[in-house]
Amino acid sequence: MLEYIKSYLDSNTTPGQAGNLFWASVYILLIFLGLSVAVIAMNWLERKILAHMQVRLGPMRVGPHGLLQPIADAIKLLIKEDIMPSQADGFVFWVAPIVVVITAFTVFIVVPFGPTHAVTDMNIGVLFMLGVSSLSVLGIVTAGWASNSHYPLMGALRSSAQMVSYEIAMGLAVVSAVLMTSLNQTGTGTLSMIGIVQSQQVQQIWFAFKFFPLGLIAFFVFAVAMVAETNRAPFDLPEAESELTAGFHTEYSGFRWSLFFLAEYSAMIAVSSIAVTLWLGGWLRPFPHLLSGSTWDLVFSLLPGITFLLLGLMAFVGVFRMPKHPYFRVQTIGLAGFGVVLGLIGLLLFLPPVRDRIQDVFWFSAKVAFFMYLYIWYRGTFPRYRFDQLMKVGWKVLLPVGIGVLILTAVAGVLL
Amino acid sequence: MQPVATTFFFYFLSGLTLIAGILVITRRNPVHSALALILALLGQAGLYLMLYAPFVAGVQIILYAGGIMVLFLFVIMLVNIEKSQKEEQFNKQWVVGILAAVALGVLFVLVYTKGKSLFPDRVAQLPEQSNTQQIAVMLYGNYMFTFEIASLLLLVAIIGAVVMAKKRI
Repeated sequence: MLEYIKSYLDSNTTPGQAGNLFWASVYILLIFLGLSVAVIAMNWLERKILAHMQVRLGPMRVGPHGLLQPIADAIKLLIKEDIMPSQADGFVFWVAPIVVVITAFTVFIVVPFGPTHAVTDMNIGVLFMLGVSSLSVLGIVTAGWASNSHYPLMGALRSSAQMVSYEIAMGLAVVSAVLMTSLNQTGTGTLSMIGIVQSQQVQQIWFAFKFFPLGLIAFFVFAVAMVAETNRAPFDLPEAESELTAGFHTEYSGFRWSLFFLAEYSAMIAVSSIAVTLWLGGWLRPFPHLLSGSTWDLVFSLLPGITFLLLGLMAFVGVFRMPKHPYFRVQTIGLAGFGVVLGLIGLLLFLPPVRDRIQDVFWFSAKVAFFMYLYIWYRGTFPRYRFDQLMKVGWKVLLPVGIGVLILTAVAGVLL
Repeated sequence: MQPVATTFFFYFLSGLTLIAGILVITRRNPVHSALALILALLGQAGLYLMLYAPFVAGVQIILYAGGIMVLFLFVIMLVNIEKSQKEEQFNKQWVVGILAAVALGVLFVLVYTKGKSLFPDRVAQLPEQSNTQQIAVMLYGNYMFTFEIASLLLLVAIIGAVVMAKKRI
């Protein structure tokens, strides 16, 4: 047994390819855990950042600076009554949130957090991610229909039309990135997620900057389409609360609703990681060739620890700004404890063995986190599109631009 | 990695596909039929995976389960289901249906009994790693002309649909 566990550590592939069930399960558990933590963190961050953008305070009551608010919300949702509309289609109503959650989490088995840090590497990685995430629309549509209510049905119809039309633009952008893996280089192209990042490493350029400005335009098309795919503002018409109450999940309550919530955020993380893998160099650190050499390697390897130390420092700034009233004593101590934990994690990341192993995962997560911040930023700043405008943007702008970029990329690859 | 429990997965996936296929034609509610059809298509995608054709499986999921079936559901939801359920279902084609079913059954039996001599008894061992590349070589090399004709046909269909849907062009 121990031999079996140890045997993987020598191999230089992902556990799925090595066929090691133990490590595959460990990776799946880690990713599941990390995703849950990320969703909880996103819940808190989204409310806080939106609030600060609108000059509000956001959640402040539960825990210091509302840090325990997501946990309180989760407990509330778990113990809430689970209501099913009387005329609803029971089985479909029950199965829809499960479909959405399963598809949202299944995608992550091919996400490359590092050259070997993925559950498995598939020959059709990108295709698998697009396919499985396109299945989630089925869950949304059936959820809206099974509720037997008008607002959810309208939300479901909008959602299906929107996702089907933006999937095409998204696919075209992805194809032009896949095309870049084979161009300018001997050897064949690849659809595997790890292969795509490796070809960026070999070609010494992130695909967003390849064939300037073609890569950048394809990246932009994908970045718009991915917001529409995940039903987020400014394309959140399926759940436009001013028109449709809550869209397709109006009739869902309690735990089932929280499944939709979980799926939405993990789908956001999933499409962001596709974008990071295809255009922003996946796990590669910035400027690996311009700023090469052992000194720069050391500087970049210290960054994860420094990031956590800075976060800890911010928590301590919060401690000193806490009101000095005895009512706030528990909160102040809690915040100081949180800062200490963050600082300890930062110090742990300075240890050489940890530091070398965490590099890939840190850079990948940092790039994904940037996209998550963009999502919140969009929501805070852009007004919602009207439905005909949404369709116009999808079919008359993104689709022709996507096709044009695809053709030009092929031409550039042949000529340059 | 060597495949594991191949027999189990084959029977599981084919059973799933068959049961879902039967559900498609027996459910009275069209939405349930469509959902069962999606399950059948997913089972089929799994079978493609077992035949070392991951690209075909992925395209099957994206196009059929994720694209076409969503449009099916989209149309079905606009139909008043309660009314359509109460209406008497009529079709006068059961004679043709039975004939087609019998012919297909005979064909299956023939293939099962005499297939050994008609078809090569060994499966072509295509490397799984290069499935995508091999399909590309086939489509854009060996069968380029047929492929382009099929795409032209689709283009004509798209234009026809637009012409029929729009009153003024």
